[in-house]
Amino acid sequence: MSSTLTWDQMQDLMWPATWETLGMVGIATAATIVIGLPVGLFLVLTDKGGLLQNVPVARVLGVIVNVGRSIPFIILIVALIPFTRWVVGTSLGWQAAAVPLAVGAIPFFARLVETSVREVDGGLVEAVQSMGGSTWTIVRKTLLPEALPALVASVTTTVIALIGYSAMAGTVGGGGLGDLAYRYGYLRFQTTFMWVIVAELVVIVTVLQLIGDRIARRLSHRGSYPSPLGLLFGSRRRAADDELASH
Amino acid sequence: MITTTDLTKVYRSQGREVTALAGVDLHVREGEVYGVVGTSGAGKSTLIRCVNMLERPSSGTVTVDGLDLTALGGHEQRAGSALREARRRIGMVFQHFNLLASRTAQENVELPLEIIGLDRAQRRRKAAELLDLVGLADKARSYPSQLSGGQKQRVGIARALAGDPKVLLSDEATSALDPETTRSILKLLRDLNQQLGLTVLLITHEMDVIKSVCDSAALMRGGRVVESGELTDLLATPGSELARELFPLSEFGSGHPGRTVLEITFQGDTSARPFVSQLARTYQIDINILGAAVETIAGRMVGRMRVELSGSHQDNVVPIGFLREQGLQVDVLDAANGAVA
Ligand SMILES: Nc1ncnc2c1ncn2[C@@H]1O[C@H](COP(=O)(O)OP(=O)(O)OP(=O)(O)O)[C@@H](O)[C@H]1O
Ligand SMILES: [Mg+2]
Repeated sequence: MSSTLTWDQMQDLMWPATWETLGMVGIATAATIVIGLPVGLFLVLTDKGGLLQNVPVARVLGVIVNVGRSIPFIILIVALIPFTRWVVGTSLGWQAAAVPLAVGAIPFFARLVETSVREVDGGLVEAVQSMGGSTWTIVRKTLLPEALPALVASVTTTVIALIGYSAMAGTVGGGGLGDLAYRYGYLRFQTTFMWVIVAELVVIVTVLQLIGDRIARRLSHRGSYPSPLGLLFGSRRRAADDELASH
Repeated sequence: MITTTDLTKVYRSQGREVTALAGVDLHVREGEVYGVVGTSGAGKSTLIRCVNMLERPSSGTVTVDGLDLTALGGHEQRAGSALREARRRIGMVFQHFNLLASRTAQENVELPLEIIGLDRAQRRRKAAELLDLVGLADKARSYPSQLSGGQKQRVGIARALAGDPKVLLSDEATSALDPETTRSILKLLRDLNQQLGLTVLLITHEMDVIKSVCDSAALMRGGRVVESGELTDLLATPGSELARELFPLSEFGSGHPGRTVLEITFQGDTSARPFVSQLARTYQIDINILGAAVETIAGRMVGRMRVELSGSHQDNVVPIGFLREQGLQVDVLDAANGAVA
């Protein structure tokens, strides 16, 4: 049992852990976007009535994504240890933790991408077809740009989910803030320190959400764009008015 | 310019078959504005979507500017490059505008130019010209959400003209607009037709649209064209349904039993002659005018008059003959129900 940590001691522990968390989430996010975006897009394109309709491919993709989303994250971490070792060379450390995080987030993000792309008005696809645009033109110049605000919101949601999962990945040798809170706060009864870390996580999540919302809103030229935090922080009345006006 | 021959389209969904087009022969001549009317579900949209192969016909052919589009390869969603090339020469405007919300008016007009492969400077210049042509030069930097419905449709028209098309397809382009905006958009279409020699095929459910801009029209019902032709010819065709719709006199009185009711249609120079007084003088008969209207249809003065003569149809064979000799179109109505005898 140790005595209560001083503020300086806390900071010395928190800084490296913060970078570890941001590092593993950052890498995992990058990998998730690179793989999840095409997967989500193909879920839409290969579906029935899609531009690249291919029902067998759509089925297989759908099953893979659903299985991926069903596996509990803690089991994914353990099951992926050999794969992680093969990719990173070790199964310990924040770099290694990024692997299961990405694998867990890809199917989640792919579904969000699918929903975002499906929201794009089919009339726009038709307009580009009538101009003589190819499927690739439609994807590049219509589906992705029109879905961009929703895609940014999807990335925000995914990053925040990843921060939550990073705590779990951390406790299995990945480090980071979650691991710190668990080791000091829970195992060594440093309750104050634990709450300080939790507060830091709350700040990180809030800031990320605000940034994500702001970018999504800036990219959206549709007038208003719904923001969960905006609703929380006072513009509730305006949102309600918008809703009334839209009926 | 546009010819469809025996065009059919059968939709199959969940084992059910819907015949949207049951053998449509349409002939749109170069430089004319051709309107298609019909009740909801008649197959109008299906027809116009078959013209640029957004919908692949089940059978029959579509020829646009001498090119048989049905012969070009590709699947509905994955058009072959020959078909894509052909589509660049066919502009299309939509009921709900279908503008990209992520692009400004100017950028929306540039999209087809990007597809054609013009460089940045050329695209800018051409898009600016087109926006000027549709009267929206000052809105180039606005996003669609900042434009009114009429302005959005102008952008849609500018975009459709980007590939210098010979043909413009329009599916209910004015149905989402108020009457005044509708008029200004129709005037724009008419101007473009005259300035650029653009052939326009438009779908509408409003007879007023046909009346104000079309040279020719077709009436669709149950996947078939039941009547078609130039408006002036249609108006001169006894019993023409389109003419009756274009120029309804049904709100006028339908006369009394035992008398003869005539519907007289006159066009162009015949409208100037005082045939009613001539008729009365020549045959010493009383003519009761039930109603009359004069309108400009397809750029010509057209009048229609409903009159009542005493006596039965048989008693009035000679006066009716006299009117027909004057070059007037005379329909004899059954006084009891107002239908053509
Ligand atoms: N994708 C589709 N699948 C199945 N049936 C369809 C499809 N599109 C149209 N139909 C059917 O084809 C028929 C003709 O439809 P179409 O849209 O061409 O009518 P329309 O004349 O344009 O009607 P409206 O004036 O309401 O626009 C209708 O019975 C419709 O239900
Ligand atoms: Mg329609």
